[in-house]
Amino acid sequence: MKTWLDAWPVFRQLTGPDPLGRGRAARSRATENVVSRTATADRVVQSVCPYCAVGCAQRIYVKDEQIVQIEGDPDSPISRGRLCPKGSASKQLVTSPTRVTTVKYRRPYGTEWEDLDLDTAMEMIADRVLEARRKGWQDEHEGTRVNRTMGVASLGGATLDNEENYLMKKLYSALGAIQIENQARI
Amino acid sequence: MAECHPVGFQWVTEAKARGAKVVHIDPRFTRTSAIADLHVPLRIGSDIAFLGGLIRYVLDNELYFDEYVRAYTNAAAIVGEEYVDSEDLDGLFSGFDPETRTYDEASWQYEPEEPPHSSSDDPPEAAEQERSEQHPDVRHADRAQAAGSGGPPIPSKPKRDETLQHPRSVFQILKRHYARYTPEMVSEVCGIEPEVFLQVAEWVTENSGRERTTAWVYSVGWTQHSVGAQYIRTASILQTLLGNIGRPGGGIMALRGHASIQGSTDVPTLFNLLPGYLPMPHALQHQTLDDYVGDAAGKAGFWGNKRAYTVSLLKAWFGDAATAENDFCFDHLPKITGDHSSYQTIAAMIRGEVSGYFLVGENPTVGHPNSRMNRFGLANLDWLVVRDLQMIESATFWKESPEIETGELAPESIATEVFFVPAATHAEKEGTFTQTQRVLQWRHKAVEPPGDARSDLWFYYHLGRILRERLADSTDPRDRPLLDLTWDYPLEGETQDPSAAAVLREINGTGPDGRALSSYVQMRDDGSTTGGCWIYCGVYADEINQAARKKPHREQGQVPSEWGWAWPLNRRVLYNRASADPGGRPWSERKKYVWWDEEAGRWTGDDVPDFEAEKRPDYVPPDGARAQDAIAGTDPFVMQGDGKAWLFAPAGLVDGPLPTHYEPAESVVENGLYKQQANPTVEFIEGPWNRANPSRSDVFPFQVTTYRLTEHHTAGGMSRTLPYLAELQPEFFVEVSPELAELRGLANGEYATLVSARTAIEAKVLVTERVRPIRLRDGTVVHQIGMPYHWSYSGISTGDAANDLLGIVLDPNTHIQESKASTCDIRPGRRPHGPELLDLVESYRRRAGVASGRVGLNGRDPVEASAGEGSTQS
Repeated sequence: MKTWLDAWPVFRQLTGPDPLGRGRAARSRATENVVSRTATADRVVQSVCPYCAVGCAQRIYVKDEQIVQIEGDPDSPISRGRLCPKGSASKQLVTSPTRVTTVKYRRPYGTEWEDLDLDTAMEMIADRVLEARRKGWQDEHEGTRVNRTMGVASLGGATLDNEENYLMKKLYSALGAIQIENQARI
Repeated sequence: MAECHPVGFQWVTEAKARGAKVVHIDPRFTRTSAIADLHVPLRIGSDIAFLGGLIRYVLDNELYFDEYVRAYTNAAAIVGEEYVDSEDLDGLFSGFDPETRTYDEASWQYEPEEPPHSSSDDPPEAAEQERSEQHPDVRHADRAQAAGSGGPPIPSKPKRDETLQHPRSVFQILKRHYARYTPEMVSEVCGIEPEVFLQVAEWVTENSGRERTTAWVYSVGWTQHSVGAQYIRTASILQTLLGNIGRPGGGIMALRGHASIQGSTDVPTLFNLLPGYLPMPHALQHQTLDDYVGDAAGKAGFWGNKRAYTVSLLKAWFGDAATAENDFCFDHLPKITGDHSSYQTIAAMIRGEVSGYFLVGENPTVGHPNSRMNRFGLANLDWLVVRDLQMIESATFWKESPEIETGELAPESIATEVFFVPAATHAEKEGTFTQTQRVLQWRHKAVEPPGDARSDLWFYYHLGRILRERLADSTDPRDRPLLDLTWDYPLEGETQDPSAAAVLREINGTGPDGRALSSYVQMRDDGSTTGGCWIYCGVYADEINQAARKKPHREQGQVPSEWGWAWPLNRRVLYNRASADPGGRPWSERKKYVWWDEEAGRWTGDDVPDFEAEKRPDYVPPDGARAQDAIAGTDPFVMQGDGKAWLFAPAGLVDGPLPTHYEPAESVVENGLYKQQANPTVEFIEGPWNRANPSRSDVFPFQVTTYRLTEHHTAGGMSRTLPYLAELQPEFFVEVSPELAELRGLANGEYATLVSARTAIEAKVLVTERVRPIRLRDGTVVHQIGMPYHWSYSGISTGDAANDLLGIVLDPNTHIQESKASTCDIRPGRRPHGPELLDLVESYRRRAGVASGRVGLNGRDPVEASAGEGSTQS
């Protein structure tokens, strides 16, 4: 009888030293067994928040090759462990069920998406880049040499890594594409 | 700042707790205003008047940092006799050509020193380049930035008057230019009480000088104006006069809005730049490497080594193919001929001139102004590649955009082939972001990306690999650059991701021994060194990824030099030699930062000195010195051709040497200072899909501005799809004052429709005193509307796109649009859908005297574009 009553939090709250029920009285065996995801992670990886340009440091907790939590990194002299609502929500950015993880293709005048495998898509894109480059090629513009193409343009880079921007600018320039822009223009 | 960069704002609150005064100058009341000591709700688009008023206050009351100004700025330089200020031409400067709406800056030049100093910036190549720079096509190519981080060449050393009394000295010109920016005028133009202005002026000046410094912080609230570059120039002039540049706690800080938007400017995916602020070659100026580096040939400052930086870049890109004999493959680089910026490209798409487009982590049909025009652009491509995490609106425009409803677009008529190729998130790849203080921070990879999602490094590397394989046997000279490209990075893991560390090392550069360079001063112009981005040289010094350093801040001093790596050369405060007096002593013990150690014979301090370590403060350049050797020991601004901070800019800005108050291109108010209403050189893109609202029009009587919320991110692709964030800010709303709500019959929580010459959108109304109507002296009331721009039709939280309402007019220096100031009408109720929406907007255009905005299918067949008759803009 006593054991049964003891297992009842209200009884403990009314009879014990925790009348507000905010401490021991409210604890159950289930509570005792709860462990934070950060404690059981297989590894912790140091990263940086992908939203604004403050550059808050993140610690990414990985278990079974899945991201289980993202926290602020207290070591950072920039953010000292803090994250804003967006940075705090960034685990949802990575694990979102609405993320698209396969190639989608819409053919000319098509009304629906179709599936395509990645290798085929890469080959098709390469075909189109070469054709667009040829179509828009200019050896000269108003009598001066420009050796460029106006057929291929690109937008984006502010959300990407420096290394990615570098390869983009390098490849585009070698292709002769000049209409290369990113959010910094906006 | 508290709203859009909340974690950065912790330092402001900490400073406030230690006694700092926080002033928030913003038409909008935000979480920053709530904490500030003073909120200054100035009228939208009036910042130059406000800042100009502060400059006048500083000059009139002799509150400038006299010794700093004399030693470190161009205050003493004398400007030529031909210069006429906007004070004398009612808002125009000398050299204006009304035909092309451009300035010839010849009359803004300094009066040359006599006899010419032999180390002056006047080699024949520079003079030639200076002449060609006046060509309108060159001017339109963003020459302000194309001059590189060294600023534009100045053809000669100026004559100086050290007393600052000469009527044509920069100091006296500055005084005259701002003489009419009195507290009363500021009050009238900005719509704030004179006492509020004076309070700010007192706090700013009391908190500047030897013992104290004041910092200014801005974001796109300054850049997104038709005079955006000049907004920042005005702050620079003020900060320079007060001695607040290059000193701890001073400066002007740009809070940028994307994780690596700084990096994508330094290593630019931008049309007008090569890495490290080297300009993109221009066809009219740069046919050879000699032409290209001509402006730097005799130049003082570190920009004088432009040839070494350029050759090292060409060696990084073209490897062994780049030799002294073939100009290091300089001709492999394509040439620009004008403005090829984003919006011009969209217009070219609508004209059918662009075949293919890559969208890489950017969502222009929501995030760019005039989103409808952007959608028309996409509908006229042959193909579009979208790389993103979620199915963003820019990928689904062909079946879900608002124009499908109106009948302007239809899937059956759109030929654009669309490839959605999924991308990896920040956690699924490694690499560096450069944050807003120029610090590169390395991210380690946590997990593999799911399914076919890949990093953009993977995508571009393998696309390049496939293209090179296709063309391997080509003998067409046009394919030579691609085949000569160095494109052999180590591949890692199952997905064959190229090594980001190897790419970062290539960006850093290598020396003749093949080892990583540690500084850009090691770069040579003979082809013996490589380096993909000279300002990033040092990030891989000693073969160590310096950006990956993560020494906890608790184990470091006040300057955390061992967390990440800042360009250039890990300097955390730029131009920090200015933190010491001309003799090299700290201006004060309290503001000690970098100083000359006579005993050691070198500069030392808390930060890496932004100066040659062993250059003595009393160093005087010998005749014939060039590059950094021509910079005196007392010249802290080592990238400038004269080592000085420029109060007056004799070159480099296309809209005037001094910031001048103009009204926004779309304003409800007449310019109170000059007859010239708006920036005379503003850049328009004309077409039926980009009609401008006439200024001071009864049809579009309200000023509107856009902004972000803490809980969402730009165009929403990374936030409207997240349940937590969508719940925190679930729908599109606009903020209006109780007065405007009464005037227009708007009810809190109900819908309203906003109309411009572009389109109409609907939003829930938030009636709030956070928005303040501005009462001008003549009794007119300016009503302002605030509009967050995160929404569109996809994701968990949806709404109309605020950017649909905006038009595109551009700052002629930067080609950035004026999205922070435009006009509209607002009325209660929801907007019509379908063709009735077009009728509504067309009726507004007709009433305002604006040309028709009707378009043919897919936005084509534009009706003849012409300016609206109702415009009062002169």
